[in-house]
Amino acid sequence: MQKLLKYYKPYIPLLLLMLFFLIVQSLSDLFLPDLNADIINNGVLKSDIPYIWRTGLIMLVVTILLAISSITIGYLSARSSMAFGRDLRTALFDKVQSMSQGEMDNIGTPSLITRTTNDVQQVQQGSLMFFRMMISAPIMMVGGIIMAIRQDAPLSLSIVFILPIMLLLIFFLAKSALPLFKQVQTRTDRLNLVVREKLSGIRVIRAFVKTAYEEARFQSANADLTKISLSVHRLMALLMPTLMLIMNISSIFIYWFGAKRIDSGEMPLGNMAAFLSYIMLILFSLMMASMMFVMLPRAFASAERIRQVLDVEPSITDVDTTDTAIGDFNRLEFKNVSFKYPGAEEPVLENISFSALPGKVTAILGSTGCGKSTLIQLIPRFYDVSSGSVEINGVDIRKLRLTRLREYIGYVPQRAFLFRGSIAENLRYGKEDATETEMWEALRTSQSEDFIHAMPEGIHAPITQGGSNVSGGQRQRLAIARALVKNPSIYIFDDSFSALDYKTDSRLRHALSEKTITSAVLIVAQRVSTVLNADQIIVLEKGQIVGKGTHTDLMESCEVYREIVYSQVTKEEVG
Amino acid sequence: MSHKDSSQTTPPKRRGPMGGGHPGMGAMLPSEKAGDFKGTLRRLLSTLRPHRAVIIIIFVLAIFSTAFTILAPKVLARAFDIIGDAVIMRFATGSGDLDYTSLLRILLIVAGIYLFSAFFNWLTHYTMAGVSQKVSFSMRQDIDKKLAKLPLSFYDKTPRGEILSRVSNDMDNIAMTLQQGLTQLISSITMIIGILIMMLTISPLLTLISVVTLPLAALLTARIAKHSQKQFSRLWETTGTLNGHIEEMFTGHQVVTIFNRQNKAAAFFEVENEKLYRSSYKAHFISGIVMPAMNVLNNLGYVILCVVGGIRMVNGQMSIGDITAFITYSKQFTMPITQTSSILNTMQSTIASAERVYNLLDEQEETSDAPASDFPEKTRGEIEFIDVDFSYLPDEPLISNMNLHVSPGQTVAIVGPTGAGKTTLVNLLLRFYDIQSGAILLDGIDIRRYPRDVLRSYFGMVLQDTWLFSGSIRDNLMYGVGDHVSEIPDETAMISAAKAAYVNHFVKTLPDGYDTILSDQATSLSQGQKQLLTIARSFLANPSILILDEATSSVDTRTELLIQKAMSKLSFGRTSFVIAHRLSTIKDADTILVMNEGKIVEQGNHETLLAAKGFYHDLYHSQFRSELDEAI
Ligand SMILES: Nc1ncnc2c1ncn2[C@@H]1O[C@H](COP(=O)(O)OP(=O)(O)OP(=O)(O)O)[C@@H](O)[C@H]1O
Ligand SMILES: Nc1ncnc2c1ncn2[C@@H]1O[C@H](COP(=O)(O)OP(=O)(O)OP(=O)(O)O)[C@@H](O)[C@H]1O
Ligand SMILES: [Mg+2]
Ligand SMILES: [Mg+2]
Repeated sequence: MQKLLKYYKPYIPLLLLMLFFLIVQSLSDLFLPDLNADIINNGVLKSDIPYIWRTGLIMLVVTILLAISSITIGYLSARSSMAFGRDLRTALFDKVQSMSQGEMDNIGTPSLITRTTNDVQQVQQGSLMFFRMMISAPIMMVGGIIMAIRQDAPLSLSIVFILPIMLLLIFFLAKSALPLFKQVQTRTDRLNLVVREKLSGIRVIRAFVKTAYEEARFQSANADLTKISLSVHRLMALLMPTLMLIMNISSIFIYWFGAKRIDSGEMPLGNMAAFLSYIMLILFSLMMASMMFVMLPRAFASAERIRQVLDVEPSITDVDTTDTAIGDFNRLEFKNVSFKYPGAEEPVLENISFSALPGKVTAILGSTGCGKSTLIQLIPRFYDVSSGSVEINGVDIRKLRLTRLREYIGYVPQRAFLFRGSIAENLRYGKEDATETEMWEALRTSQSEDFIHAMPEGIHAPITQGGSNVSGGQRQRLAIARALVKNPSIYIFDDSFSALDYKTDSRLRHALSEKTITSAVLIVAQRVSTVLNADQIIVLEKGQIVGKGTHTDLMESCEVYREIVYSQVTKEEVG
Repeated sequence: MSHKDSSQTTPPKRRGPMGGGHPGMGAMLPSEKAGDFKGTLRRLLSTLRPHRAVIIIIFVLAIFSTAFTILAPKVLARAFDIIGDAVIMRFATGSGDLDYTSLLRILLIVAGIYLFSAFFNWLTHYTMAGVSQKVSFSMRQDIDKKLAKLPLSFYDKTPRGEILSRVSNDMDNIAMTLQQGLTQLISSITMIIGILIMMLTISPLLTLISVVTLPLAALLTARIAKHSQKQFSRLWETTGTLNGHIEEMFTGHQVVTIFNRQNKAAAFFEVENEKLYRSSYKAHFISGIVMPAMNVLNNLGYVILCVVGGIRMVNGQMSIGDITAFITYSKQFTMPITQTSSILNTMQSTIASAERVYNLLDEQEETSDAPASDFPEKTRGEIEFIDVDFSYLPDEPLISNMNLHVSPGQTVAIVGPTGAGKTTLVNLLLRFYDIQSGAILLDGIDIRRYPRDVLRSYFGMVLQDTWLFSGSIRDNLMYGVGDHVSEIPDETAMISAAKAAYVNHFVKTLPDGYDTILSDQATSLSQGQKQLLTIARSFLANPSILILDEATSSVDTRTELLIQKAMSKLSFGRTSFVIAHRLSTIKDADTILVMNEGKIVEQGNHETLLAAKGFYHDLYHSQFRSELDEAI
């Protein structure tokens, strides 16, 4: 929680102002019972109507003062708490954006989503309640105690007994509620995860007739959440009644001891009633505060979860950058690169060395899971190498600013991912201010022109979430166009032609070769036809380079490469 | 105050996540028409109906608890009398003993009353927790059941985060008020009634005066509620939009970062976040006005009461004791009223959330299913398309007048350029979408006459988009086994399927083997490995009809060759559809359908199609001759 407190900093003036009004509020609150009593004792009982009017007027003034301060407090507390929540959300969002994929997976995307909305909601709600209720409680208590002592000091000692009991109870309940509330949040995560998968996998779920299974999965997540919520609320159900009981029993004791003191003449009868009303005031304010206690443990549990996210130190950062101006791209080089996924035992890549030059095409071939995607993901620093280095123009990429590094790169992920929005908006991911001409150019190169033309809205046609309203091949080509719009120095195509038919594939590559004269092109591919004309083919096998050269070289020297070729073309066709 | 004018500068229109926004995309769910407060409230209350009995019990408990709370001061007043008597006696006669025994007795009685009151109070809360949790449980269940009935087009158009927000954030909000609001409401109402009775017994006139402020209070509450309602519905709506944006940006994290779009994503986030901030503080501020405003009102009533009471006493129409008692009660009276008004205000938030949930529940469902009569567990697999017309969007015909006949056991390959409609064909077979005219027959029966689940259970497939869920590899493999399959495959069957799909060899290298837990989206596997898993999954499913939609597109060709054998073995004797771009994989198919622009342009086997020197011939040679020939 402390860590989150710093997000209140900008609102300290608001909070101070609020404190002022809280004091005004509490004083008026304390003053009112006095007036109440006066109006009865001196007015009603003495039938002094003018006095009633007068005191009534004062009472109304005080009430209005009270109302004004309460409303101001309401405003200030809402404003500062919600602003605090807003800032937390921004901090969370920014933090997650700076994380690597691996770091996100550690917490899990569904959980990150819950934390950015639901948890922040809990915290800001807790904060609001805190300001509105909890702060005034101590003020009221101190005021009440002073007033009570004025009435009868020895009897006031009873507070010494009552208070600790109440505080202990609150403390005990909060302590047992905290872990439960934590559970509530993790189970909300779980529910979120199940629903999110249900939404993303809907086709598979329906195809395999797994609706019932998914329903059971949801039901168990739902039941788990309900169960824990139930126990936490049942625990909280204890709070109010027990506090009330303590309060009421206390008043009985006060009657008893008060009676004794009156009997022995140590206390006048009149003071007894007043004393009781102050004690009730104290206890009542305490009770109001504790009512809000239902919120606080939950807010604490959520605060902890938020802190966890904010505490993640992104491993891939700008810290070591020297920000050297390295000018136009002239060389990408892997030097003895080895890489191990965090937590894995075996390295995925070992001793990878090669270089890619502008205007040259480097193709990477290899069997499933041999490390092709891993290799190229090192270039935009999705991961950092374990040893060796990746260099651009002879400068280690870890020394480059991340944004600068990524400006060099046009990347087409293996799984084409489009965003909600129009086609144009998706293309503008590559270049924010791309003109229509530039976009059409990219679409033409990526062989998307025809099907975009066929859409009535053209490049303003809507794309649904993840690109589910275009065919697999269309999605892939749009992802390629997106990278083309960027016109980068290094193109990375991670198996980006796999959903294209051969004709489109070959046309696309021809068009591409005209556009990439000054860029280095890295292509991960399965099809030999895709890589035939590459300037350099790298054959990966179990994370190591087993062949490097042109098609002709490799046909002679590399057994693995020959196997790959023969798996696609029968001997007769080659011969 | 600066927030006022700046709030007007934010455009009211909902925008797409990338800031451009366009018509039709924003209005995913009709959440803007907030306003049917009463209808939503009635609906929300109707969800409580199954718990009627318990709620009546809660009412009774609350009445007990309240009655005791009202009773206690009365008894306690007697204790005061005893003390007072003694003092007065002593004052008058110089001696007089305090009657400690009766004092003790009274105090003990009061203690007992308090104990009971506390007990009943606890019991109400405890029972209410059960009701409210059960209600939110079943509401969530309703959402889930609804999700199962919605057509795919709904999933296409609705942001996932938006739905998620309804299941978690909105439901959370509803559960909260159900828990706290309802008990408070019940006890407040009983309290009001109880005290009203007490007051009436003392002075009907004064009671009238005390309730004179009630309509005012109601009016005030209604006014405030109207304002807060607007803000609350905006609050939850923005929460949904924001959640949608967050979900999408977190999902597309890699793409966002590689294109240096973090700032853009953050900028949109800022806008929505700011909106959320505005509506939340306004909503909370406005609903926070209730208490102080009610306080003013109450004190006003109090003063009037004192004046009138004073006058009546002067005139001798009322005794001192009655007046003090009455005034005490009228003070007690205001508490539950303030509370009720405050609860009614938080209700606005609940209703706003409930409305969003109900909007989801009211979404148009898929056409209702055919009744389940006894369909066999297996099908022969004869498929016929008769004059089928289909389009995703009303004005863009895709498939028109398609005719096709597939005999049982045939392997049909579908080839064609991307976007030709191959996947669409599969979507139609599985009834992911319904055709507009014509008919698709399975074993001579229109597929619309099968219940969807029965129809789909005949098929096993590898879809173009790999999808695995978070869980162990074993669970993911077993996922293919339908719910109504009589025999669940055992470990050996699973491993042999895994071996056939070349899954076994990489799973073996994982420390936990088949028990390895995949994270959501299975990020720790390579794309090809994920695809292999989906292939193994369909092997295990052992369906009557097999559909492979580019099942091996991400798999390297050497592995593909090896799997091919297993695939042909699997497709032997059962109708299968194979969609592939690598034509080598489909050469042996019985029939090859060549599709282009939603039509079947050629049909035949490999040899006849090559000989025809048409579209297929072109496709085939673009793959083999042009480049390979020169190179080798
Ligand atoms: N959910 C959808 N909503 C609207 N249009 C769609 C949807 N899905 C596909 N389309 C459109 O229908 C056409 C056919 O798509 P389909 O997915 O059937 O192509 P395909 O032959 O499978 O192509 P590919 O080889 O690229 O997978 C495409 O133009 C596509 O844009
Ligand atoms: N995030 C990760 N954490 C741990 N292991 C991973 C992770 N991502 C991939 N791997 C493992 O690293 C190996 C290489 O994966 P990679 O994605 O680089 O393969 P690939 O060559 O691209 O394969 P494909 O052709 O299937 O795309 C695989 O065995 C995979 O299981
Ligand atoms: Mg890969
Ligand atoms: Mg397709």
